[in-house]
Amino acid sequence: MYTQAMDTLREEGGDKPALRTAEEAQLQQRFDNRIDAGEFIEAKDWMPENYRKTLLRQISQHAHSEIVGMLPEGNWITRAPTLKRKAILLAKVQDEGGHGLYLYAAAETLGTSRDQMLDALHSGKAKYSSIFNYPTLTWADVGAIGWLVDGAAIMNQVPICRCSFAPYARAMVRICREESFHQRQGYDSLLVMMKEGTEAQRAMVQEAVNRWWWPCLMMFGPPDDQSPNSVQGMRWGIKRVSNDTLRQKFVDAAMQQAEVLGVTFPDPDLRWNEATGHWDYGAIDWSEFWRVVGGEGPCNRERLAARVRAWEEGEWVREAALAHARKFDLKEAA
Amino acid sequence: MSTENEWPLWEVFVRTKAGLDHKHCGSLHAADPKMALQMARDVYTRRQEGSSVWVVRSDQIVASDPSDKDMLFDPAEDKVYRHPTFYKLPDSVDHM
Repeated sequence: MYTQAMDTLREEGGDKPALRTAEEAQLQQRFDNRIDAGEFIEAKDWMPENYRKTLLRQISQHAHSEIVGMLPEGNWITRAPTLKRKAILLAKVQDEGGHGLYLYAAAETLGTSRDQMLDALHSGKAKYSSIFNYPTLTWADVGAIGWLVDGAAIMNQVPICRCSFAPYARAMVRICREESFHQRQGYDSLLVMMKEGTEAQRAMVQEAVNRWWWPCLMMFGPPDDQSPNSVQGMRWGIKRVSNDTLRQKFVDAAMQQAEVLGVTFPDPDLRWNEATGHWDYGAIDWSEFWRVVGGEGPCNRERLAARVRAWEEGEWVREAALAHARKFDLKEAA
Repeated sequence: MSTENEWPLWEVFVRTKAGLDHKHCGSLHAADPKMALQMARDVYTRRQEGSSVWVVRSDQIVASDPSDKDMLFDPAEDKVYRHPTFYKLPDSVDHM
């Protein structure tokens, strides 16, 4: 999803050529050659400091997104309409937790600690995907998140399976494999309501789709001409496909799925373009995107507060488990 | 930010089914061996990916240095006689 990190990186520059020694220049050259040859970079290999920093930022924010992403859907676990839907939703939310853990582990190989990353999240220094700052008001939101939000996430994440940084790529392969059920279960849930539901349920689905459509398009990040860090990301093999290309791919796929489902998207400018072979869509309100990224979305405070509370209330458990393990170690040693 | 109270890191190895070897699949934090095993099950085998799990404290693994790669592995490069294809035998016995 959650690859907005490169786009919200406004203050930091790209790969500054601040090389000091001939040896470093040689290492940089060797690194560039490996990237050009399509080789993977492992955690212990030499890498430019900015490559490390950019990846650390992107992977940790991706991890935060998975963890914060458990909250909107978790909101409906106790109120799922059937036992089947409840079991599915539990499995999905557990997956998101697992995905967060894979990604934290990948980020740790770059030389940061789990606690440092969590501290950055809890203090508001690190961001997570803007999409999770929207509320889940009805049961149809759970289906819409699966279909549209996870659909956009998969579109975004599949190219990262070929990221030049191998630990990230390996985590993404595992995540993408697990994530495909997320989108299908969401669509399936909406389909049941549209085909077998009441008029009120169909209206509920349409209303949820109306709210999620635009925020989902924003998940791909700003337009290519306003995404200055994309070039460097492409050069490094961190980003493989541009924001606008992915967004278009998502719109094209979603249009067909919406037709089968029997819902529409809240955009009067959606039109099939014979010349390009794609669906044209209307202007995205980027001021809303930047507002939500900047902390002023509908649920930013609530989401962060929930994470901080979970961390603080779990502190005694973390301490007790460690104290118990240390006591056991001492006994073993004696 | 102090990290001394962070749970230690463990590497997880999973055997997907009997007859195959354990394969490294990732890492996790856990306070003790029992917790590491339980968490490895929850994090890495949610879809019956495993029939057996190993967990090893990451700080107990000794690894080669990537910068020693050439020194360690290049010497095998010119020893082509270690491969069966090096030996040209008459067609009639070449399936040997």
